[in-house]
Amino acid sequence: MIENAAQWRAGGIWEVAKPQVRNVVRSKWLLSYVAFFLLATEGLLRFTGGGEKTLLSLASIVLFVVPLITVVYGTIYLYNSREFIELLLAQPLKRRRVFAGLYAGLSIPLVIAFVAGVVTPFLLRGMIFEDPRALATVIAGGSALTLTFTGIAFCLALRFEDRLTGLGAGMAIWLVLALAYDGAVLFIVALMSDHSIEKWLLAVSLLNPIDLVRIALLLQFDISALLGYTGVVFNRFFSGAMGLAVITAALTTWIAGPLALGYVGFKRKDF
Amino acid sequence: MIAIRNLRKRFGSLEVLKGIDARMTTGRVTAIVGPNAAGKTTLIKTILGLARADSGSIDVDGVRVNGDETYRRKIGYMSQIARFPSNLTGAELLAMLCELRPDAQDVDEDLIRAFGLGLELTKKLNNLSGGTKQKINAVAAFLFKPELLILDEPTAGLDPRSAGVLKDKIRSERCAGRTFIITSHVMSELEELADDVIFIDDGKVRFSGSIDQIKSLTRQVNLERAVAELMERGAAA
Repeated sequence: MIENAAQWRAGGIWEVAKPQVRNVVRSKWLLSYVAFFLLATEGLLRFTGGGEKTLLSLASIVLFVVPLITVVYGTIYLYNSREFIELLLAQPLKRRRVFAGLYAGLSIPLVIAFVAGVVTPFLLRGMIFEDPRALATVIAGGSALTLTFTGIAFCLALRFEDRLTGLGAGMAIWLVLALAYDGAVLFIVALMSDHSIEKWLLAVSLLNPIDLVRIALLLQFDISALLGYTGVVFNRFFSGAMGLAVITAALTTWIAGPLALGYVGFKRKDF
Repeated sequence: MIAIRNLRKRFGSLEVLKGIDARMTTGRVTAIVGPNAAGKTTLIKTILGLARADSGSIDVDGVRVNGDETYRRKIGYMSQIARFPSNLTGAELLAMLCELRPDAQDVDEDLIRAFGLGLELTKKLNNLSGGTKQKINAVAAFLFKPELLILDEPTAGLDPRSAGVLKDKIRSERCAGRTFIITSHVMSELEELADDVIFIDDGKVRFSGSIDQIKSLTRQVNLERAVAELMERGAAA
């Protein structure tokens, strides 16, 4: 473990990430982000009194807000860091290290902010162990979405020179994945009602990270009425540990995919 | 010495560098001049590895620039625009640069004193004026006593006193044997500082030689008029 840490330091990733972590942690944006989750969680605990209902409402807020804020803040942050990235690249550092440092420097504060905002009210009320599995799923799901959408933000900011285009593309991706996706799937199902397309739908549900986290959450709660169409299909095929394993694998791909794509873009980019 | 051979770079349909051949001699100050959008910054960024050439080659002291980062140990770079993480202090930024170069023996903090930056370094960077940030940018470029300094519009945004401080620093480091590549729109400044001139227009080197040579070639008394004359000829041709 210590050896690993030493290697990480020697790799120069932490040296690149550390000042950024410091920079992001001090930003008012991030403070508001923490405050938002503090207030939302505290409010829900106060009005619904804890338990399944609170976590479900909290989960729907997380599914909605985390991807949006991450992709918007991430793209803006990267566009604003353009000159800083040039300064880093002018140092004797490999691009790989600069990229890893940038990603860590942005995603670590976002994850910490989200977790701190959600967990603190539970901690203060001593309710952290009331429904630990469900709460852990909310936290893991929100963190995974943060990592995924940070990666997407990297891809967009590296792909589009123009910041408005990049930001617009980020919002569009969020809009599709968070809102339009389930509706579109339902529409197709209605159109194709004569055919057996359940296996197709299964694949489709794996293609949306937000849906994946939603299904993971609802598998914990056992409320299929809230699963959405893709969730119902998914639930029929996978349940319990198997379902969770499939979701974890798919989400890992959703974190690694944009990250790899962003890395390729970063390596090739002319700054 | 930096040797550049047949360097080409295209951004989409726009060909920025159309086969650049140039040499920058060790221990001398080379000015890169040319009209706006001539390709000066692109050339500098290609030398630094920030941009990749489509074809051609760059050798820095006999080492081919090909994606390996070690040659940048001997380069200090001052970019045209100084924008840093806004919630860090200048001191934190410089400390980061030191951590990124653990092999650097000692650092050159002369400019911090000369600019009188002491107190400013403890403030957050986004509370500093553009000129102050540019001073920190200059400090960062000279920090590790690099053999080669690449300065892109170094005095832009600096007040006359600070510009003087920076020019004095360039002169004294030039005397200590360091190599400089400088771009600037202020020709009188380059005339003060530079030994050689590379004039780029439309992605090609149109003139390369000493300041005296460019003046005698164009029969002009100063660099500004000499460069203007070359631009006139280019437009006429």
